Parts: sequence; structure tokens; C-alpha cells
Amino acid sequence: MYDYYLIIVLAPLAAAIIAGLAGKKIGRVGAHWVTIAGVGTACVLSLLVLRNMFWGGAAAENISVYTWAVTDGLHMEVGFLVDRLTALMMCVVTFVSLMVHIYTIGYMHEDPGYQRFFSYISLFTFAMLMLVMANNFLQLFFGWEAVGLVSYLLIGFWFKRETAIFANLKAFLVNRVGDFGFILGIAGVVTFTGSLDYAEVFASADQVATQSIEIFPGMPWNAMTVICILLFIGAMGKSAQAPLHVWLPDSMEGPTPISALIHAATMVTAGIFMVARMSPLFELSTTALGFVIIIGSITAFFMGLLGIVQNDIKRVVAYSTLSQLGYMTVALGASAYSAAIFHLMTHAFFKALLFLAAGSVIIAMHHEQDIRKMGGIKKYMPITYWTALVGSLALIGFPGSSGFFSKDLLIEAVKESHWHHGTTLGDQMTYWIAYLSVLLGVFVTALYSFRMFFLVFHGEERMDAETKSHLHETPPVVTVPLIMLAIPSAIIGWFTVGPVLFGSYFGDAIVVAKSHDVIGDMSSGWHGSLGLLEHAVMTPVFWLAASGVFTAWFLYLKRPDIPATIKNKLSVAYTVLENKFYFDDLWISGFAGGGRAIGRFLWQKGDQMLIDDMLVNGTARTVGRLAGAIRQIQTGYLYTYAFAMFIGLAALLGWLIWLR
Amino acid sequence: MIGLEHYLTLAAMLFVLSIAGIVVNRRNLILLLMCIELMLLAVNFNFIAFSRYLGDETGQVFVFFILTVAAAEAAIGLAILVVLFRNRRSIAVQELNTLKG
Amino acid sequence: MFQSVLFYVFAIVLLGAASGVVFSRNPVHSVMFLVLTFFQSAVLWLMAEAEFLAIVLVLVYVGAVMVLFLFVVMMLEVNIEAAKRGLTRYAPLGIGVALLMVIELVQLIWLRSQGVTGTSGFAATPEGYNNTKALGAVLYTEHVYAFEIAAVILLLAIIAAITLTMRKRPGIKVQDIAAQVAVRAKDRVRIVKMDAEKKQ
Repeated sequence: MYDYYLIIVLAPLAAAIIAGLAGKKIGRVGAHWVTIAGVGTACVLSLLVLRNMFWGGAAAENISVYTWAVTDGLHMEVGFLVDRLTALMMCVVTFVSLMVHIYTIGYMHEDPGYQRFFSYISLFTFAMLMLVMANNFLQLFFGWEAVGLVSYLLIGFWFKRETAIFANLKAFLVNRVGDFGFILGIAGVVTFTGSLDYAEVFASADQVATQSIEIFPGMPWNAMTVICILLFIGAMGKSAQAPLHVWLPDSMEGPTPISALIHAATMVTAGIFMVARMSPLFELSTTALGFVIIIGSITAFFMGLLGIVQNDIKRVVAYSTLSQLGYMTVALGASAYSAAIFHLMTHAFFKALLFLAAGSVIIAMHHEQDIRKMGGIKKYMPITYWTALVGSLALIGFPGSSGFFSKDLLIEAVKESHWHHGTTLGDQMTYWIAYLSVLLGVFVTALYSFRMFFLVFHGEERMDAETKSHLHETPPVVTVPLIMLAIPSAIIGWFTVGPVLFGSYFGDAIVVAKSHDVIGDMSSGWHGSLGLLEHAVMTPVFWLAASGVFTAWFLYLKRPDIPATIKNKLSVAYTVLENKFYFDDLWISGFAGGGRAIGRFLWQKGDQMLIDDMLVNGTARTVGRLAGAIRQIQTGYLYTYAFAMFIGLAALLGWLIWLR
Repeated sequence: MIGLEHYLTLAAMLFVLSIAGIVVNRRNLILLLMCIELMLLAVNFNFIAFSRYLGDETGQVFVFFILTVAAAEAAIGLAILVVLFRNRRSIAVQELNTLKG
Repeated sequence: MFQSVLFYVFAIVLLGAASGVVFSRNPVHSVMFLVLTFFQSAVLWLMAEAEFLAIVLVLVYVGAVMVLFLFVVMMLEVNIEAAKRGLTRYAPLGIGVALLMVIELVQLIWLRSQGVTGTSGFAATPEGYNNTKALGAVLYTEHVYAFEIAAVILLLAIIAAITLTMRKRPGIKVQDIAAQVAVRAKDRVRIVKMDAEKKQ
């Protein structure tokens, strides 16, 4: 299997290099074939690995490929840890990536940067695989930063647009904030365990949890809590959790395929994956888990609300991504790691599908993204319509779809979590915040999803005549990936929910403390997919989702005049939502502006006034003045010099006689 | 009895006198040269007195060399003076300030 | 006792002459006072039994160097009236510094040397001591290289003085004998071939 892993990682890299450096030589067709071949190889081999794990019962493998450096007993290695968690992630990444590659042929058809784009997305696949297959923190960090870099490059892919440059800079900088915490967390891990290797770190985790660290003198904190929260700050940046989420909606400036691949399906889930991977550490710190669940709840509910007021088709989907990432984070905080990963997987399929469908609409609308200028597209684009419907239903958790299984069980897990059974007031408050957020989030999700769906595909046709005359279904390179993604979006939950969640699929890959094991508790009440489906209509989740859809239908199809009235009545709330809870202002005016103000102060007062003016020029001026004064002594007359000599002689004599 | 101290005192007075000459004199470069000769004479007094006091001739050898070098210095100094006078028609010290930057 | 009186007399004359050098207004007088100073010094050196140097001082300094000074002073016809200015103006400053140094030197010689030398005078020289012979004995043996260098310095001074003062005046007719000797016929005579008379 060792060869497989190497090929899986290196095939996309090789393809990226070929398409990137020799793009001109091999041409457009060559570029997309070579990258699709690379990613396709990786995808097929990943599926083989998964099959071996799943049906073949292959054991997890921990392989060290190459030792880069050893300093002071600290091994810096490249290595693969392939267990069931990794195998699942590999398949999701490579499959979605492959679909996006194919889709890109159609979407980027006319773009001059065609080869460059393929090179980037292949490179991204490589980086993401490195991230998920890492067996040590250093490689994890490498992959982490590499996906960040590619994300930066791709958001700013249309580098002549000013908004794109702003967006990619914003993404990069906000991610730096998270990464700062992340690398501090890794530093903490190294400090307390002296190792970067997962296996060694996990083995000594218990011992770390007993130690404490004093960041502020006199306030000892549990070392494990500090490490976990720092690591999670990294995840907040990468997985766009509030308040570090601000970059994700703006990242929609990039081409739609990368919105689907990077900013919905894979890269943003890296944080979720990382926390699940670090479950042996997080399980040892209830405080850190509380932090995780609160952040997740805030993101899940409030970011969903923002989706209701957005008019850009991609931004609506982006906010739904934020909200869904919040759901996953809540699951992590409830120690239901496998539920989080399961939702991650189903979400990857249906969110990629939704993005690609949105992209399909955008192509047909000639790059118009405002949903107020769409409507009634259903009859022009039937395939897109039906696939988008599948995606939307999966997103709101319609019974039977993949989203239903993952989200329903996720909410169930929150409900049954150890927070609920906790005795302290803090536990109970945490539980209620999390549970209400995810529950109300269901209604919000349904509302904005179907608001967008109805505005785009139903109702009156609001586009101009010119666009309308060209409106038709997109070519097969676009629709085939849609269909390919619609199939797993619809049905994958059926087959996988049992084994993945309750069949102890993850085995040793995810560690849950005995008292936190909510999934284990739930498995006793598990009677198969059909059983869950039968109970679906009896849960509040179903009714909330249904009422959300109904509200959307009523407001945007039946009585389109009402939203405007509501908007006027609730103008304060609307303004707050319109301004995205002022998070952008906080970051841009508050932190960035504050930083700039400090910089300006240091520049003008510190550098120009103090250093340049006083120290540098001041020294020169003082020397000049002094010299001007001393120059008067320098008369040029011989006797002056002679006299100076004699004064010196007299002084020397005086010193020798009287002072020595 | 006349001893070392007397000679040294005399030399010191001669030396100080020549210093006063150099500082006070503003008119004539030749006078400066003469004052330097006086100064060297004062130094020679010291050498001779110590030579006598210690009964060692090396001091007098030194005086011999100082006389030689002083003669050479006087010759060159006067030559420069002549050239200077030829160029500027003056040897007044107060008019020579081209040393100023 | 007699020696002391002699010493003081000559010393006072010496200092008076030195003051004359410094303060007289006429440069020619200054040179004359300097000659007197040297004479007095020679006598005092004789009293210190440095006979050779005393004679050298008179012969070389008075005979050659001072004559040179006198020669230059007279040749340069310095304006005496203009030279008066500024003498008194800077006198206090010069005298102040001079006084300071006098105090220091006296302090050094008389107060610091108490108990080291006493004022008992010089020790007597051995019987049959010959200053010139003793000086020659060290000068041509121990210090022979320095002696050679002193000779070179004197040669250098001669060359430097001549080089500095020699000048070529334009418009003076002089013979260049080397050029006269080196001349050839073709430099002076041009032979032109021509027919004896015009062709008819």
C-alpha cells in the first residue's frame, strides 16, 4: 500500500507541475487531461484504499517516508498515517476534486488563465492530501499552509479585479490570525511532549493533561486546555468559525469551481478534520470542548441568519457553508466526532453540488450573480434545476437524503451529549445554547435555501431580454459532474450511516472518553436507516425544516410583497444583518485600522520624528553646530596652533606635577 | 656651588621666554624661527647639564645631533621663507592664514 | 664662589639677550641678540665642562647659521613700522602662559627634587679627562650610524634649500654650453641645391 500512498499524493503534484510550468506547450486540452489523469489516479487509488479498509479489514498504517531533520531529539519527518478517518477524507477530497476538474472544463472555457487554473486546483489536491495523510504535526502544518496558499492564489485568480485582490488578501490575513494560534498550539505540543509524531503525542497525552502552564504569572492553566484551544483557533481560521469567518463570504470572488472545491467541500473542513484527528487530545479537556461547542453554535445560527438577506447566489451558498461548518463544530464540541466527520462527508457532496449548480446558473446567465435578476429558470435548465433541488433538499435534511441522516443524527447527538447530562449550571447553559442553535438553525437553513431556490428557479422571469434569449442548459461537462454529485448527495446516507456512525468504523482513529461517548450511547437505540426514516416525521427537526420551506414559499412565491414590508418593519434588525453583524467593520476598522494607526504612529512619530529627525539628523545637526563653534578656533594662523600646543604642554605638565 | 638645578632652571627660563616669544610675536616669521632656535638651545642646556651630572657623554652626543638637525632646519626654513617672501612680498605671520579650511 | 658669581652674571646676560631677541622691534637687533645669547651659552657650557660643544656652538651657530639669519633678514627688507602692531595686544596672554610654565618648571625642579640631588654641585671629573676625546670615542663607535644619518640630513638640507630658492627668470641671456657642444652642422646650415643661373 506504501506505493499507493505515494502515487496518490504525487500524481496531482506532478500534474500540477506539468500544467503549471509547461502549460503553454501542452495547450488547454493537454492541461486538463494531464490534471484530470493525475487526480483521477489519486481518486481511484483512494477508493481502493477505502475498500481495503472497509471491506478488506486492513489495519491502519503509520509509515515514515523521509526524515527531513533531527534536532535535539525532535524528528521532522514526512510520513503517512492512513487509517479509516484518513481514507474517508482522501476519497471525499479526490472525488470532489475530480468532479470539479471536469466541471472546470466547461466553466473556465473562455478564460485565458485556463492552464494556470488547472495547475492550481491540482496543486490544491496535493496539498489537501498531504494535510489529511500527515502522521505528524509538521506535515499537517505544511498541508495547512499549502492549502491556504492555493486558496489565496485562487481567490485572487482574476487578479485584475480589485475586489478579488481585496478578498484574497483578507482571506490570507484572517487565516494568519488563526494560523498563529495553530502554530502556538503545535509549539505547545512540542514543549510538553517533545515530539511531533501523532502516535507519540497521543501516547503521552494523559501525562500532558496533568501539567499546567502559566501564561500570565499566577494563573496556572491546564496545559491540555491551552494546547487544544490554540489548535482550535487554527481550525477557526481555516474552517471559518466566528469571529474568524469574515474571509469566507468574500472568497466567493474566486471562480465558482474553487468555491465548490476549496471553500465548501474540502479545505474549510480541514479544521473539522484536524479536531477529529486530535480527538485524543480534545477529549482530555472539557474546557476546550466547551469553547469549541460555543463557537460552533454561534457560527451555526448567526451565520445562517445572514444567508437570508444576501442577494448574491454564491454568497447565499457561502453563508450556508458557514452555518453547516458551525454544525460540524458543534458536533465536535459534543464529542460526536464521527457525526461531525459524517456530516463533513455528506456536506462535501451536496455543498459542492449546490455550488456547481449555482455556477451552472451563472454560466447560463452570463456571469450575472444577483438572484433578484433571475427567476423561472426551471424550464430552461431542467438538469440544473433537478440537481439543485436534490442539493437543497439534502442541505435542509429532507428525510431520506444524505443530509437528513447526518444532520438529524448530529442534532440528536447534541441533545444526548454529556453537556445535557452535566450537573453544573455551565454545562446546562452550554447545552441549551448549542441545542437551540442547531435546532433553530434548521429552520433558518430551510428558509434561506429555498428562498434562493424559489427566487432562482421559480416565479416570474426578472432577467433582461438579451440574457433570456441566450438562456439554455449548460453543456455536458457541467451537467455530468452535477449528476455525479447529485447521486451521492441523495443516497449516500442510506448506506453509510449505519457502518460509519454506529458500526465502529473509525475504530482507533477517533478516541472518545467513556463519559462523553454519545454516539456509543445512541447506537443501542439504532435500528437501521429505515427505522430512522420512520421516526423522521415525529422529530421537531422535520417540522422546523418543513415550516422553513413553507415560509420561503409563502414569502417569495405566494406573496412576494411581504418581504419588503418585513424589511421596513424590522429595519434595525435588517441593517444589522445587512452589515453582517458588523464583523467586517470590527476587523477592518477595528483591528486592521488599529494596526494601521499604530503603524502610522510608529512611522510618523517613532521613525520619522524620533529616529530620523532626532537621532539621525539630530546627531548630524549637533555635530554641525559643534563643528561650527569649534571652527572658530581654527584660524589658520601659526601662532594659534603653537599656542594650542603650549596650552596642551602646560596642561600635561600640570597633570604630571599636581595630579599624579 | 653651581649644580644641576641651576642649569635646569636657566634652561626652563630660556624655554619659557621663547614660548612667550612665539605667542606674542605676530609680525615676523624669521623671529619665529629664532625663537625655535632658542627653544632648542634650552633643550641643549638640559642635555649638557644631565650629561655632566651623570658623567655620561651620550647626552652631549645628542646635543651634537640636535645642533646638526637644527642647522638643517634653519637652512630649509629660511629657504622656504625666501620663497614665501618672493611670492607674497611679506613674511608677516598675521597674514598667513591659508591653513584655515 | 667665584664660579657661582660667574654663572649668575652670564646667566643674567643670557636671559637679557634672550628677552632682546623676543621683544626688540628690529629683526636685525633680534639676530644680534641671538648671537649674544649663543655666546653666553657657550661660556656656560664651558663652565659645565662641555668644551667641544661650546666651541661647535660658536663656530657653527654663530659663524654659519646666524650669519645665514642675518643675511636673510637684511635681504628681505621687512617693514619695521608695520611690525609694531599687535605686539602688546597679545602680550598678556603670552606672559600668562609663560608664567604658568615657569611655575610648573620651578615646582618640578626645586620642589620635587628635594632630597634627590641636593645643591652640592657637579662631581669632579677624573684626572686627565678630555671632553673632545671622550666625545669622539663614542661618536665614531657607538653612534656612527646616527652620525652618518646626520651627514645625510645636512646634505638633504643643502639640496632642499637650493631647490627651493633656485628659479629661472625669463628673459635672461645665458650660455648653454652643453647645447653649444652638442650642435651639428645640419642644425645650423641649410644647403640648398639650385642651378647656377636661369635657363634661357
